[in-house]
Amino acid sequence: MLSFLIRRLATFIPTFIGVTVIAFAFIRLLPGDPILLLAGERGVSAERYAELQHQFGFDQPVWRQYIDYVIGIFHGDLGTSFSTKRPVLDEFMQLFPATVELGLCAIVLATLIGIPAGVIAAVNRGKFFDQALMSSALVGYSMPIFWWALLLIIVFSGTLGWTPVSGRMGLQYYFDTPTGFMLIDSLLSGQSGAFRSAVSHLILPTIALATIPLAVIARQTRSAMLEVLGEDYVRTARAKGMSPLRVNGVHALRNALIPVVTVIGLSVGTLLAGAILTETIFSWPGIGKWMVDSIFRRDYQVVQGGLLLIALVVMIVNLIVDVLYGFINPKIRKG
Amino acid sequence: MTDSASHPASPASTQKAPPSRLREFWSSFKENRGAVIGLIVFLGFLFVAILAPLLAPYAPDTQYRDAQLVPPFWQEGGSTRFLLGTDAVGRDLLSRLIYGARFSFFIGLLVVTLATSLGVLLGVIAGFAPRWLDTLIMRLMDIVLSFPSLLLALVLVAILGPSLLNAMIAIAIVLQPHFVRLTRAAVLTERSKDYVIAARVAGGRPIRIMFRTVLPNCLAPIIVQAALSFSTAVLDTAALGFLGMGAQPPTPEWGTMLAEAREFILSAWWVVTFPGLCILVTVLAINLMGDGLRDALDPKLKRS
Repeated sequence: MLSFLIRRLATFIPTFIGVTVIAFAFIRLLPGDPILLLAGERGVSAERYAELQHQFGFDQPVWRQYIDYVIGIFHGDLGTSFSTKRPVLDEFMQLFPATVELGLCAIVLATLIGIPAGVIAAVNRGKFFDQALMSSALVGYSMPIFWWALLLIIVFSGTLGWTPVSGRMGLQYYFDTPTGFMLIDSLLSGQSGAFRSAVSHLILPTIALATIPLAVIARQTRSAMLEVLGEDYVRTARAKGMSPLRVNGVHALRNALIPVVTVIGLSVGTLLAGAILTETIFSWPGIGKWMVDSIFRRDYQVVQGGLLLIALVVMIVNLIVDVLYGFINPKIRKG
Repeated sequence: MTDSASHPASPASTQKAPPSRLREFWSSFKENRGAVIGLIVFLGFLFVAILAPLLAPYAPDTQYRDAQLVPPFWQEGGSTRFLLGTDAVGRDLLSRLIYGARFSFFIGLLVVTLATSLGVLLGVIAGFAPRWLDTLIMRLMDIVLSFPSLLLALVLVAILGPSLLNAMIAIAIVLQPHFVRLTRAAVLTERSKDYVIAARVAGGRPIRIMFRTVLPNCLAPIIVQAALSFSTAVLDTAALGFLGMGAQPPTPEWGTMLAEAREFILSAWWVVTFPGLCILVTVLAINLMGDGLRDALDPKLKRS
């Protein structure tokens, strides 16, 4: 187990270095002079240009700039947003809970529906139920979520008027956000209706973001269940006269879940990519929208820092999933 | 594969010739009803893309200023002059959708060709290369894969400048690590098999062994991945277009059309609904076909 951990960490470090190189190279690959880009359309005077060049370290050789950049990362210095003048890390920390909240809700919804759907489809293999469920899963898997989100808005916000179109909270509520999670903060605030407002703002983005993971989980559960249902121990359990519910739900599902859990863990990258579209459409103030806005605002320090932090989040989650998977499944450890 | 009798050493020569691989594939593929439907829809879509100038009632960018946001013909206020209605500047929606099929097909084809050729080349090299080069290539792929694909594509487009071509290049770069991993894994399992050792003992040059001996036997998973990547390419390019970082207006690309239509979601449902529906149907057809391909080409996963 220890050697597995070491091996896994040994691939983590070079990947992390590579990610820092890409983030570092990003600003330098942009067409045009980075300082003029940062300065915007008004331009800068010659003295100010030299000053800025020194401030950003562009007067140093490239390898030196890179070393300084990495040292900065370990001190939590990811640059300053050009439009808000706030440190990139602070902005990220403030917006990240919104993305986590949305992502967690989406993954919970996808799991709660996807796993039972996959089990039901596998148990009724080839029958109408299986075909209907798997067809819907394929439609969900093929869904352009930016369009799906717009349709949800047309139907539930426009026609039916049930849910708000954008944001995280009704404007009439104002309270402190110690955790950053609206569902928790609205309860802590004690204001009546605040929690309801938080939930109603969450519903549509959650559905939009959950659609693709839901389809993936349902398909994965079905195929994992089918594999397990043919095993001897399932036949034995059946032969012992256990109820189908117990055989399918306990004996089979528990073993089928191992690959499914991995799929759920590894879908973090997909969720973050989906969050870019979902957050933009629903004006959800998370890191996906922040990145898109910053690209359009040409706030490249933010793009650089955000790129690094998001990759880091994905890498850490993947590492945790791999290690957990190694714990559950000894075959992987040897690999 | 056609005539086993010409190889007297082949043990199969005494038995009945096996059915050709293509026929075997087809008989397996056509069993899957969904895959056949997907194929038909895909061919229809290809047909529309090729014949767009003949099928479209109007040019995609002609603006009829007297007919802005006309609803589809079955709705009140619509007319058969514009079957699916018009957009905010009076362009015929149906014609734009038909021309959009051209873009999507072209996007899918180019992105998959780029991603596959680059990915397969790197994958074969990694599979045969000395350890350090193999490690280097695979670590590079890990780095690309540790960014959410759409985010990396967005950033690449920010570097290259927003245009359809740059969006396609960005998506090809983001997709190719999957091909590298797949090809390398297939090469590694094939490499130690007897026929490869025989080819090597017979004095085959390394390049020939890599691409003529081993690669053809690794193709099945690569073809499946290419088919499924086609749908990812269409979807992600549309997403970039939707975010304003792909094809630029007035290109009748479906994602870009959706972006232009966004402000009318609550007043003119048709400008939003139809482009997205086209994307969904196309992607769905390709995925159905891809599932059928996988079942037919990959016996391990067959009919699970």
